[in-house]
Amino acid sequence: MEWVQQLINGISLGSIYALIALGYTMVYGIIKLINFAHGDVFMIGAFVGFYAITGWGLGFFPALLLAMTVCAILGVLIERIAYKRLRNATRIAALITAIGVSLLIEYGVIYVRGAQPEAYPNVLPNKSFELFGAQISSQSLLILSVSVILMLILQFIVHKTKIGKAMRAVSHDMDAARLMGINVNNTISATFAIGSAMAGAAGVIFGVYYTKIDPLMGIIPGLKAFVAAVLGGIGIIPGAMVGGLVLGVVETIVSALGFSLWRDAAAFIILILILLFRPSGIFGKNAREKV
Amino acid sequence: MKKANGFWLFLIVSIVIYGTVQFLISAGILNPFYSNTLIFIGINIMLAVSLHLVIGITGQFSIGHAGFLAVGAYISAIFTMKLHLPFPVAIIAGGIVAALAGLIVGIPSLRLKGDYLAIATLGFAEIIRIVFLNIDYVGGAAGMQVSHLTTWTYTFICLFITIVVIMNFTNSRHGRACISIRENEIAADAMGINTTYYKVIAFALGSFFAGVAGGLYSHNFYIIQPTNFGFLKSFDILIFVVLGGLGSLSGAVISAILLTLVSTFLQDYPETRMIMYSLVLVIVMLYRPQGLMGTREITDYFGKWKSAKGGN
Repeated sequence: MEWVQQLINGISLGSIYALIALGYTMVYGIIKLINFAHGDVFMIGAFVGFYAITGWGLGFFPALLLAMTVCAILGVLIERIAYKRLRNATRIAALITAIGVSLLIEYGVIYVRGAQPEAYPNVLPNKSFELFGAQISSQSLLILSVSVILMLILQFIVHKTKIGKAMRAVSHDMDAARLMGINVNNTISATFAIGSAMAGAAGVIFGVYYTKIDPLMGIIPGLKAFVAAVLGGIGIIPGAMVGGLVLGVVETIVSALGFSLWRDAAAFIILILILLFRPSGIFGKNAREKV
Repeated sequence: MKKANGFWLFLIVSIVIYGTVQFLISAGILNPFYSNTLIFIGINIMLAVSLHLVIGITGQFSIGHAGFLAVGAYISAIFTMKLHLPFPVAIIAGGIVAALAGLIVGIPSLRLKGDYLAIATLGFAEIIRIVFLNIDYVGGAAGMQVSHLTTWTYTFICLFITIVVIMNFTNSRHGRACISIRENEIAADAMGINTTYYKVIAFALGSFFAGVAGGLYSHNFYIIQPTNFGFLKSFDILIFVVLGGLGSLSGAVISAILLTLVSTFLQDYPETRMIMYSLVLVIVMLYRPQGLMGTREITDYFGKWKSAKGGN
């Protein structure tokens, strides 16, 4: 029953990717920008959670909420300071700015606290029980349920609330939305806030699950979450979830087969294959660019 | 006639620069620290200029240049250290294999545009790095011992050839075709330009010179490791091109010189250096998205000779 266990591990990892990928896909859907700094918001979330737990002695859930709040504010700040001016600039300029912001956050954190990694405290009870003969830790179940609940809340926000409706309208056609009286700037800020809050939550969950965090930890999960977003069809929220889960499972399978050093390459190979054969992703529709 | 004069002037200036530095080094006025910095500047200029051909001239946003640097570095190191071939052969071999890698990466990924191309090239560069990480023949994560063979003369010759080739390519019919792709790919296609062909040519040429730079890079250190060729290296090279101005060869050269000097003197403060780099990127993009030079060349300011002009 080794495989059931690997599958559960893969889904836990995948749900972390899915949470980060949601932010990518929302931001891309609304302003067509790959927010490279998103992986670093994830890292900030992990550190806020860490300091909240070790410094202030908060529990898991308060720390999670605090990290989400801080990351939401950070996301809005990044958008207001760096990206807002570039809304009509070329795509390359926006992408370079995003890379710059990402490097700035990473090395800003290293400058403030040093590059040494930190061991995450154990805040969740860790009992394991048997399911179909596989050892499943309560920790991974809790992580999975937190991710699922957050994704359900997101679905609710996007499909049932007024701001969600505005977000969908802006991502469909920004100018028409503006004509209809939607405050585009506020809607974009809200998108950044929600996406970054998800990334912050993913950071805390990642810390609890992998017990080691460092200032550069955001790069690889950030890129993989982007792969997940592309895999599911960028701009499509359910696509990001499915993409994240698929990527997590594939990665776990690659490691389980004994190619753990090739694990990071697997994600990029998937990305390139998807981009070449189905650039719109699993759920996307093909749209040709107009002249 | 004017153009030919420009070339001779360029040649004379280059020979004077080379001669002066070579004299200073052999007379012992420049200590090894400074001559090493000069070699490093030369390598960085080659990298900047080769990426300039891809991003600035052809408009293809590739951010995985360190991958080709890695290919050149490892291949040339294998040639000298394992096969015991002469250093010039190793440099050329590094360039050729990097160009082949550029073809392999370029043909499929240049079908993509903008952001997707950027991510795909980043992914390819990372795959190249992971491949080297997993080959025991080149030492895996521990790295590979390389002897110090790079000298100022080798660096200068390679740098000179790189600049001349890329300058002439830009001014040739091929270069014009590449510029038209940068300005508007659909229109270029409609005018009968084989866009895929030119994009792949520019990409392979850029990779070739990145590979040559890689050969010099690896033989400038005593050990090379896969970690030297990660995202950060790619971003370093990108910053040279962006700060110089997308589409300006002399801009790329100037910013490569400037930033290499800055980073050499900030060597003991790597965080400060990276914070500065990232601030430069963000501020340049926010307030002067065309970079220091835009698409102009330094020669435009003299008004005398206008070669190597990357379009307007």
